[in-house]
Amino acid sequence: MGAAIAAPGLLSATTKAKLVAGAAPHKLSPPGPVRLASVPINPDLQGRTLEPTPPYLVGREKIREFSRAVFATNPVNLDPQAAQSAGYADVVAPTTFPIVVQQLTLDQLLALPHAGIDFSRVVHGDQRFSYTRPIVAGDELTGRLTVTSIKSLGGNSMITAETVVTDAAGEHVVTATSTLVVRAED
Amino acid sequence: MAETLNVGDIVAEAAFPLTRDSLVRYAGASGDFNPIHYRDDVAASVGLPGVLAHGMLTMGLAVQPVSDWVGDPARILDYQVRFTRTVVVDAESGAEILVVAKVGKLDDEAGQARIDLTVTVGEQTVLGKAQVLVRL
Repeated sequence: MGAAIAAPGLLSATTKAKLVAGAAPHKLSPPGPVRLASVPINPDLQGRTLEPTPPYLVGREKIREFSRAVFATNPVNLDPQAAQSAGYADVVAPTTFPIVVQQLTLDQLLALPHAGIDFSRVVHGDQRFSYTRPIVAGDELTGRLTVTSIKSLGGNSMITAETVVTDAAGEHVVTATSTLVVRAED
Repeated sequence: MAETLNVGDIVAEAAFPLTRDSLVRYAGASGDFNPIHYRDDVAASVGLPGVLAHGMLTMGLAVQPVSDWVGDPARILDYQVRFTRTVVVDAESGAEILVVAKVGKLDDEAGQARIDLTVTVGEQTVLGKAQVLVRL
């Protein structure tokens, strides 16, 4: 907790715990062949796809709890009957709910032993959700992350990771994309 | 939704008063228990001006006026934001997030509209390029 974090959006404490465990030894060993002082992220990560997460079963009460937390008042988010009247099997998740599944994949990324991502310098730069269909209670979702870009800008480095979320049938539901900014050393 | 839309039209507006309770509720719902979102001492120890709202909470609530306006969540096809400024939530006075949703672009052929969100606290914008693509 020593480093200053000036973060508009930050990752979870669990991410941090895993990263600290994974990243600490990395500081002792130099990264790969490309060694730029301003790009501490291991460039070999570019294009890397991680293992799919175990299935996440979306619960009705979890959707209702998340809905209340983001001030969702649309009855389809809260009331199973309203959702069914609108043609859904059960309550519908708010737009940003996929962060719950995406977070599991970001935890995987940050815990990679040779990623070289110093969590205490990570801030959430931007976020996007691109849908094929809404998430409904009862869905069994799997997330699979691919690192799509690693860039350097003004001493900071930016890593963009795309998590493809699919259902039990393997069909696309939503793609959640985050750019994490790793701030330059002070 | 039957009325004719024009670029620049305001389709929804809302104010969201946040308190520390809101942050604890979001922490539990999302699983993001980073203590900078509920502990003053931890926030201060890492050099922050105070306890911050989760960026994903701001993003999550800012789309709600659009969700209500379009009615059916299946009409929200894409939602993106850039986190440009932190939202400090005072223990006593909280913080108020204002959202104005305007038509940014219309694609009549595809039956889609891009709704641009202006999300502010005080006079300051806290999200950049906050765009929601909806099917009309």
